[in-house]
Amino acid sequence: MPFIEASELVKTYTPKGAPVVRALDGLSLQVPQGTVTALLGPNGAGKTTTVKVLTTLISPDSGAAVIDGVDVLAEPERVRRMIGASGQYAAVDENLTGFENLEMVGRLYHLGAKRAKARARELIELFDLVEAQNRVVKGFSGGMRRRIDLAGALVINPPVLFLDEPTTGLDPRSRLALWDVIESLVSGGTTVLLTTQYLEEADRLADSISVIDGGRVIAEGTADELKASVGGQRVALTLVDADETEVVRGILQRYGSGEAVPSNEGKTWVVPVDDGPTALGRIVGEVTAAGLQLHDAGMRRPTLDDVFLQLTGHAAADAGTDEKGAA
Amino acid sequence: MSTVGSSGTRGAGGGLDARGASATLEPDPGTAIGRFLSDGWIATRRNLMKIIRVPDILVFTLLQPIMFVLLFTYVFGAAIDVPGGYTSFLMAGIFAQTVVFGSTYSGSAMAQDLKDGIIDRFRTLPMNGAAVLVGRTNGDLVINGLSMLVMMGTGWLVGWRVESSVGGFLAGVVLLLLFAYAFSWLMAFLGMSVRSPEIINNVSFLVLFPLTFISNAFVPTENLPTPLRIFSEWNPVSALVQSARELFGNVPAGTPVGDAWTAQNPILTVLIGISALLIVFVPLSIAKFAALGKK
Repeated sequence: MPFIEASELVKTYTPKGAPVVRALDGLSLQVPQGTVTALLGPNGAGKTTTVKVLTTLISPDSGAAVIDGVDVLAEPERVRRMIGASGQYAAVDENLTGFENLEMVGRLYHLGAKRAKARARELIELFDLVEAQNRVVKGFSGGMRRRIDLAGALVINPPVLFLDEPTTGLDPRSRLALWDVIESLVSGGTTVLLTTQYLEEADRLADSISVIDGGRVIAEGTADELKASVGGQRVALTLVDADETEVVRGILQRYGSGEAVPSNEGKTWVVPVDDGPTALGRIVGEVTAAGLQLHDAGMRRPTLDDVFLQLTGHAAADAGTDEKGAA
Repeated sequence: MSTVGSSGTRGAGGGLDARGASATLEPDPGTAIGRFLSDGWIATRRNLMKIIRVPDILVFTLLQPIMFVLLFTYVFGAAIDVPGGYTSFLMAGIFAQTVVFGSTYSGSAMAQDLKDGIIDRFRTLPMNGAAVLVGRTNGDLVINGLSMLVMMGTGWLVGWRVESSVGGFLAGVVLLLLFAYAFSWLMAFLGMSVRSPEIINNVSFLVLFPLTFISNAFVPTENLPTPLRIFSEWNPVSALVQSARELFGNVPAGTPVGDAWTAQNPILTVLIGISALLIVFVPLSIAKFAALGKK
C-alpha cells in the first residue's frame, strides 16, 4: 500500500473577473514508503496546490488524500502529527533567531520546553548553523534561510516530509549543498514528496518522478524510464553568436526527425535525429558553410528537459539556464 | 557564502542522517486545555519577541503617546477652556484613542502573517488554531499596556492626577484595556478578511480617526454643530472616554455630559460593547481561521 496517496484531486479557483482556474484537475499520485517522489512541473502546474492539500492547508473541491492510512481531509489533526513541511509557503519567523524558530516549532508539536530546546540544538548543529543560531532570521542568507526552514520540517523526525521547491532561488553552490542534505535525510528512511521546477533536481533526488502540467500528472516513472520514453538521439549545437536564427532552424529541421528547439538565447539548439553520426556531420557542414561559427556540436542522449518538452509542448519555465549553472 | 553541511555526508552513514535510528518524536502527554494554553503562550511569546525586535512597533507604542500628550496639552490646552483644566480633561481621551489605535495592530499583523506564510507554517503543525488568535490579541494587550504606562507617566509629569481612588484607577485602566482587547478580536477578524496589511492600516485610519475625533476625547462636545454633537454623544468612543474620566475622577463639577443614554450610562455602555465584541468576534475569528483553507 502506498504511504502517500492522492486520488482524483480537483481544486478550482475563481479569480475576480477571470474565468475559473483549475489548479488541480484530477491529479492522482502514489508515493511508496521510504521513497522520494518528485512533482516536476512549471510554475502554475499545480505542484504547490498538491502539497497544500496533502499538508492539510487547503481542502480540495473533490478527490481523496490518505497518508499512512489516515484520511487527510477527515483527520487533519492526526496528519499534522506525522508530517513535516518546508518550502515556499510555510515560512519561518523573520523576527526570531534560528534557534527560537526551531524551539517554537518543537513547542507547537507539544514536545515540551526541554525536549524542544534539545531538539533545536541538535538540528542547529546538524544544519551547520551554530554560529548563526542566535541571529534573527531576517539577516540570514538565502541558503541559511532554507536550511532553517528545512530544519523546522524535521523537528519531530516525521515519517513523511513535504518539500516545496526546496532550492528555488538559491545560488548554484547552496543548491548543491542542500541536495546533499536532502539526500542524507532520505537515506534515513523518510518518505518524501518534493516539488521542483528543476529537472536536474528531480533527476538527482527522486526515486520516481511525476511530471505535472495543468493540474494533472501527465507522465510518471524513474528518470531513466522517462528519458527512454522519449527515445532516440539528439544533435546539440552551440553557436558563438545567436544571429541567424532562421538559417539554423532551417538546417536543423532538414536533417532532424522533429522540432528544433533553441535555448540559451538562441545560441544552443537541440534537434532529435534518426541517424546520429550522419546527421551530425551534415548539420555541422551546412552550418559552417553558412558562415556561422560553432562553439560546440555533438550527439547526446535525451535529458529530462527533452522529456518535459515532448510531454508538455513547452520548456520547463526558465529552469533550463539556471539549472546549467548549478550543474 | 555558506555551505550546507559538508560534502562527505551522503549515504546512510553520514553525519546528517537526521532521522537516524531515532523514531518520530511523540508529543508530551497533555490535555486539550493544557495544550491550548501552551500554544496560546507560545504564540503570545512570539508576538512579544517581535515588539522587542522591531523598533518601529516600540517607537509607535512608546513615542507616539508621549507626543500626543505633549502636543495636545500645550497646543490645544491654552485654547480650550474646560472645568478642572484641559490636561485633566484630555488624558482619558488620549488613553482611549491610543488603545483603540493600538488594537488595530492585530488586524495588520494578522494580514501580514498570512501574507508571509507564518500562518501556513502554524497550520501544518498540530497546534490549536484559536491559540494563534489568542497570541495575537494578547500581543496587542501588552502593547496597549505599555502605551498606557508611558502615557500615564507623561500625563503625570504635565500635571494629570487621578482624583478618585486606587480602585477607581485600576477599574479605569482595566476597562480601557479590556475594550481595546475586545476590539483586537474584531481587527483580527478583519485582518483575515483582507488581501494585504496596507488595507487594514488605511481603512482603520479612515474610520477610526474621525471616530475618535468626533467624540468627547479632545474637546467638549456641547458646542459642536448639531449632527456632529448627536453623533459624538452616541459614539462608543465617547462612552469609553467618559467612563475613564469618571473612574479616574477627572470629571469636576460643571463638566458637560450629553443627553444620550450612552452618555448618561457610559460604563454600562462600554461593558455592553466589550461583551458584544467578544461574543461576536471571538467565535467568528476562530471560525474564520479554521476555514482559511476552504476558500
